[in-house]
Amino acid sequence: MPKGVTVNVCMGTGGIAGGADEVLAAFREELSRNSVEGRVLEKCAVHQVGCRGFCARDVLVDITIDDERTTYQYIRPDMVKRLVSEHIIGGEPVADWMVSDEYHRFHDLQKKIVLADCGTIDPEDIEAYIDAGGYRAITEVLESRTPAEVIDEVRRSGLRGRGGAGFPTGQKWELCAANEADRRYIICNADEGDPGAFMDRSVIEGNPHSVIEGMLIGAYAVGSDSGYVYIRAEYPLAVDRLRLALDQARAKGFLGPDILNSGFSFDIKIKLGAGAFVCGEETALIASIEGERGMPRAKPPYPADKGLWGKPTIINNVETWANLPPIINNGADWYAGIGSEKSKGTKVFALTGKIRNTGLIEVPMGISLRDIIFDIGGGIEGGRLLKAVQTGGPSGGCIPQQHIDLAMDYDNLLAVGSMMGSGGMVVLDESDCMVNIARFFLEFTQAESCGKCTPCRLGTKRLLEILTRITEGEGRKGDIELLEDLAGDVRDTSLCGLGMSAPNPVLSTIRYFRHEYEAHIHDKHCPAKVCRKLLTFFIREDLCVGCGMCRKACPTGAADGKPKAPHHIDTSSCVKCGACYDVCKFKAVLKE
Amino acid sequence: MAGLATVFGSGAMSNSVAEIERTDALFVIGSNTTENHPIIALRMKQAVRNGAKLIVADPRTIPLVKFAHLHLRHRPGTDITLLNTIMHVIVREGLEDREFIEARTTDFETFQKNLENFTPEYGEKITGVPARDIIEAARIYATAGRAGIYYTMGITQHSMGTDNVISLANLALLTGNIGREATGVNPLRGQNNVQGCCDMGCSPNVFPGYQSLTDPEVRERFEEVWGTRLPDKIGLTASEMIEAMLAGSLKGLYVMGENPAMSDPNTTHTLEAFRKLDFLVVQDIFLTETAELADVVLPAASFAEKDGTFTNSERRVQMVRKALSTPGRAKDDLWILGNLTARMGFNHVFESIRALGYKVPEDNDAKQTIMTPEQAFLEAGLLWPGIRGMTYQRLKNGGIQWPCPSQGHPGTPYLFRDSFPVGRPAFRSITPTESDELVDSDYPYVLTTGRILFQYHTGSMTRRSKALETVAPCPFIEINHRDAALLEILDEDPVTVTSRRGTISLIARVGDRVGPGVVFIPFHYREAAANLLTNNALDPICKIAEAKVCAVRIDKVGPTA
Amino acid sequence: MISLTIDGREVSVFEGTSVLEAARILEIDIPTLCHDPRLKPFGGCRLCIVEIRGMARPVTACTTPAIGGMVVTTTSERLYRLRRTIIELLLSDHPNDCMVCARAGDCTLQEQAYFYKLRLNRFTGEMRDHDRVDANPFIKREMNKCILCGLCVRVCDEVQGVNAIDFAFRGFNARVTPPFEKDLDCEFCGQCVAVCPTGALTGKVWAGEARQKDVKMTDTVCSYCGCGCNITLHTVRDRVVRITSRPDTHNRGWLCAKGRFGYEFINHPDRLKTPLIRRKKGGNLEPAAWEDAFDLIAGQFTRIKEESGPDALGGLASARCTNEENYVFQKFFRAVIGTNNIDHCARY
Ligand SMILES: Cc1cc2nc3c(=O)[nH]c(=O)nc-3n(C[C@H](O)[C@H](O)[C@H](O)COP(=O)(O)O)c2cc1C
Repeated sequence: MPKGVTVNVCMGTGGIAGGADEVLAAFREELSRNSVEGRVLEKCAVHQVGCRGFCARDVLVDITIDDERTTYQYIRPDMVKRLVSEHIIGGEPVADWMVSDEYHRFHDLQKKIVLADCGTIDPEDIEAYIDAGGYRAITEVLESRTPAEVIDEVRRSGLRGRGGAGFPTGQKWELCAANEADRRYIICNADEGDPGAFMDRSVIEGNPHSVIEGMLIGAYAVGSDSGYVYIRAEYPLAVDRLRLALDQARAKGFLGPDILNSGFSFDIKIKLGAGAFVCGEETALIASIEGERGMPRAKPPYPADKGLWGKPTIINNVETWANLPPIINNGADWYAGIGSEKSKGTKVFALTGKIRNTGLIEVPMGISLRDIIFDIGGGIEGGRLLKAVQTGGPSGGCIPQQHIDLAMDYDNLLAVGSMMGSGGMVVLDESDCMVNIARFFLEFTQAESCGKCTPCRLGTKRLLEILTRITEGEGRKGDIELLEDLAGDVRDTSLCGLGMSAPNPVLSTIRYFRHEYEAHIHDKHCPAKVCRKLLTFFIREDLCVGCGMCRKACPTGAADGKPKAPHHIDTSSCVKCGACYDVCKFKAVLKE
Repeated sequence: MAGLATVFGSGAMSNSVAEIERTDALFVIGSNTTENHPIIALRMKQAVRNGAKLIVADPRTIPLVKFAHLHLRHRPGTDITLLNTIMHVIVREGLEDREFIEARTTDFETFQKNLENFTPEYGEKITGVPARDIIEAARIYATAGRAGIYYTMGITQHSMGTDNVISLANLALLTGNIGREATGVNPLRGQNNVQGCCDMGCSPNVFPGYQSLTDPEVRERFEEVWGTRLPDKIGLTASEMIEAMLAGSLKGLYVMGENPAMSDPNTTHTLEAFRKLDFLVVQDIFLTETAELADVVLPAASFAEKDGTFTNSERRVQMVRKALSTPGRAKDDLWILGNLTARMGFNHVFESIRALGYKVPEDNDAKQTIMTPEQAFLEAGLLWPGIRGMTYQRLKNGGIQWPCPSQGHPGTPYLFRDSFPVGRPAFRSITPTESDELVDSDYPYVLTTGRILFQYHTGSMTRRSKALETVAPCPFIEINHRDAALLEILDEDPVTVTSRRGTISLIARVGDRVGPGVVFIPFHYREAAANLLTNNALDPICKIAEAKVCAVRIDKVGPTA
Repeated sequence: MISLTIDGREVSVFEGTSVLEAARILEIDIPTLCHDPRLKPFGGCRLCIVEIRGMARPVTACTTPAIGGMVVTTTSERLYRLRRTIIELLLSDHPNDCMVCARAGDCTLQEQAYFYKLRLNRFTGEMRDHDRVDANPFIKREMNKCILCGLCVRVCDEVQGVNAIDFAFRGFNARVTPPFEKDLDCEFCGQCVAVCPTGALTGKVWAGEARQKDVKMTDTVCSYCGCGCNITLHTVRDRVVRITSRPDTHNRGWLCAKGRFGYEFINHPDRLKTPLIRRKKGGNLEPAAWEDAFDLIAGQFTRIKEESGPDALGGLASARCTNEENYVFQKFFRAVIGTNNIDHCARY
């Protein structure tokens, strides 16, 4: 007889989008309708759990019987019946639907610290967190450590900020604690404005208490009684779960006055952001909490000296906070043993682009790009060639294929002209135009510039205009040098990290792919065949069957021909919209 | 002003405007500072930003209230009760400054007794301010390290105006908030040179520098310098002059640059007095309502057309410089007065000063009677030590605050540091009196008058600015929405307002700037002159008329819905 | 006190002093567009960047607190190039219509463009186009000329406490505007106009008036309320064309709507230009010569004094006239007429 049956349904935002709600309901219904408990003589528990990263395969479901776990992928509600009858009742796993080897390879090289419990515990239940060892760290800290000892532990762990800049966390706390002040503040930066990034969201959705516990440890270490989580309003599920978690923590006495009878008091408020990229920048975020327009303020003074309401303030990223309970529980030496020389621990990345296994991964610092892309990521889709990896979000840089063996850590990334950023990782293949990639990112940063400082407001605009004209075949001689000059000046004179790093995509693509720029400007040619205005569309007569689809799709009448006879495209009236290319079922339309 | 002068011996702002930023608590009463003294108000706002607590006592929700920690919306005319109640709380809670009281004041015991009945509950009944607010105000003011009091016409233009001012002085003495930086009792002056005009002796009882003309020694000195015998009988105040004109005993009047026919309360009464005059001379830059009544109108220079000095609210004497020539045949005022002096046969203007050994610039022959501004200034300094140390040369860079008795003296940002001119000021027990005119069933609303930001005084300057006129083109009456509802008056409705003295028509502004039972009208507009309604009952001591309180009736114009 | 080195020269300053302030003590000129010592530092224009030993990138002098032992360089080839790029970027989105701009000759941006010899611009591109009609009668807002230095926003907040305007929108579309892009509706103190470094904010009342040529400046005192603000009259021949206020005075350059914009009365056609005499009671006031006016006054005053004594005469002095005039006026009544019937209407 089985000892226990547990069904875990992945209910991160990705899972829910894939229909996890219905799957969960279907399990509950199916189990009770069949009185399964009676038939397996054990309690069947159905849990929602957070995201485990492999969102491409959602909805993922674990069925665990007597500690024997089987994971299923692509589960729809109509499949639940069979899972219950065959696997739970019948004891025979449904082999057709089980995850493939790829799922395991996706996980094998990962090392999960922050995401360890994401996907296994119910984020809406504080007991699940406590059962998994949660709130043990803060209890121990309050009972037996001085604030200085905590700071020292964090410093020795080598933890660096996961929000982008990689500033040593222990050092930041030390600076803050050293200030004379009647009040200090703790902030968790959960703004996560990078397009395509969802590391922080997943942590809060999957294990909100780990962030709260991290903040408690930080608050105790620097002597703060008041914290904020600044989280974007576009993360409704994360906000709900965080709110619930705060209520539960308060009810359990982990937040509020005199926590665990230690005399230490701390509470956390949620502050919703309105979705501005720049509000993730710490000083802009602080301004936003203060009720001002989210515009960055000049540093120095740094927040650790003069932050929220002018008081010393610690601001750390979600992932940084979530690293703290494990560091306290396992010790600084354990943590410092993971990762590379100057970058310790793990880093969560959002892996996207031209890669088979898109999703959320947590890997030890120092892992090579090759391992990430070809092992965890399963390689490039469609068998095309890897061209570059873009890291660091919109203001990061592109790492060319030749650096595939680069060990991923803060310093190496900077050295090759990119950065860690918050953990965005976009894989680019030979069908990506690097000029266009740079233009794409500039479009984002210039639209998100707050407008406060001249170089960022106008410099990014002018950079974008030059890039746009290059991709449209209007590039001029000298444009590359002009881009380099202006990008450098914008980087050197901008007020905040947004403007300082906005030129990165331009500079790094020029550095490694100058020839692509030159081809655009001098030969009016886009090597990746992406920039439409530089392409010529034509029809290969031998492949064309004269189906007429291109003729119907063409907005200008440039694609024309008699039915059943090969068609052709009149280049003088072609506006290069690409409609013919997209509709042709016979791959007869070509672009050059 | 008389009130302050009686208590301390000097009646000007005790402290400076710049000090306001360093104050810990501000008590602003009867002053719509942001609209009437916009630049002084900037300092108040800065003080609040710097952490000071601001208490505003005003029947209206004036714009400054937005920055205040506490708004005491007392009924018009109940200032004394309010202040006595505040002082009652201070004494009851032992927050008074014993050391200061003992070292620098007298008569505290009787004063203290007088406060006994002014409990916060009693105060609430009379003033309408909740007792707990009164208590809080008392605590804020009394416990602040440095607390300043600021007031204007809302305090003085009452039949008990002098008592109001004395009460404020009591409050400052009680807590030792006088004679130190960023404290004090500070009347903010309504017009650019009220201070200078007072300083220069344009009052019926004092010579320049507030020197009593009944003091023989003082008078002798003036007689010596001016080279003539001087009258020793105290003259008539402006309001007494109106009565004397009506009585026929004052027959000739010379008005220089004022417009009493519009600015004085009870206009009908004032006009009647002016019409009774035998002979009226008005010297001005525009044909004002008063000039229209004159027998002779003399065209004078605007401030931009002459040299001289103005003294601002904080006793700062500053240079006024000529930038333009006077239009047409207009002349500057000193030229006019000099010529008249000659016509009146007084030809020895400079003789006596010369005789005293002072150099008078050469271009004046003995017969010349026109003084240059600089000569006039130096002569005034000869007679009043307060400005004796000032010269035009020294005033060039931003002016100097009097007293400045000698050339090396830097001027005085705040008064009474070491002593008061009266020695030890006495606490004076003040018993509240009621406003001269109270509401009744015929005139059920209390009218209070004042200024607005975009207009100034009787409008002779501002109403000639197209831009200012565009944003503040017409007279209005502020009515509380509760009263408006009872009267079925909507915002922007035309209404008439009637007092025992007259009726005017204007537009209603319905809202909650004034409390129920109170209405407000700005007095800038001749087409609906608020002073047709106001009461000319006088304060018995300083003879200021009660422009701030009278009873009116409001009628909706046209068919009622 | 702490001491630091700027361009090889040592200076001692109080803690909390910015690098910019320290440099100004040494009279080292660092260009700025968004700085005003009366307002909190902003660090937006980036023109005041300097190099500090030990810091990787240039920092703005206005926002960086001086620290003991700091070694600062304010001019270098690199800084020159960076500053020049900043001005060039600003000009790439500026109408550059100085010919017809109210601020020509008195514009910080123009001055900087001249200093950095920016004739051609490497960055041509889209220009903002958010000109709009604003109905208020005081302040002209030409927002295409705005360089977003934020001085107006800050003065309205930090000094006036009105917050009538703020930044809105992002990136290239960022602009300074009243709420919801409505017409400006505020106290119209014009503090924003006073601090604007370009022609973005100007006074409507002085639009079209002389800018520089033939303008005479006279420092004097405002004639409205008892604040006694220092003002500078800009006059051309005998006309006031504008009023400003110097920042180094007790009112710190701040004025109100009346003081700054309400000067039309000075040159108003209604000004009295000739003496008027009413030759008989009930008659009209008619123009007269000064001699006739004086004769009449002296005659009547003498008659009344002889018939009814000096106390039948009285004088009302003026809170608008100068000290000197008031002094002479009361002296006239006391010494010449012989009465103390002298007072003024505003004895408050
Ligand atoms: C334009 C910009 C956007 C940023 N967005 C984020 C963000 O979304 N989340 C975050 O944690 N840090 C963000 N940062 C970094 C923060 O400024 C700050 O360095 C970080 O919150 C510090 O936390 P850490 O030390 O834990 O990394 C951003 C920085 C810049 C310049």
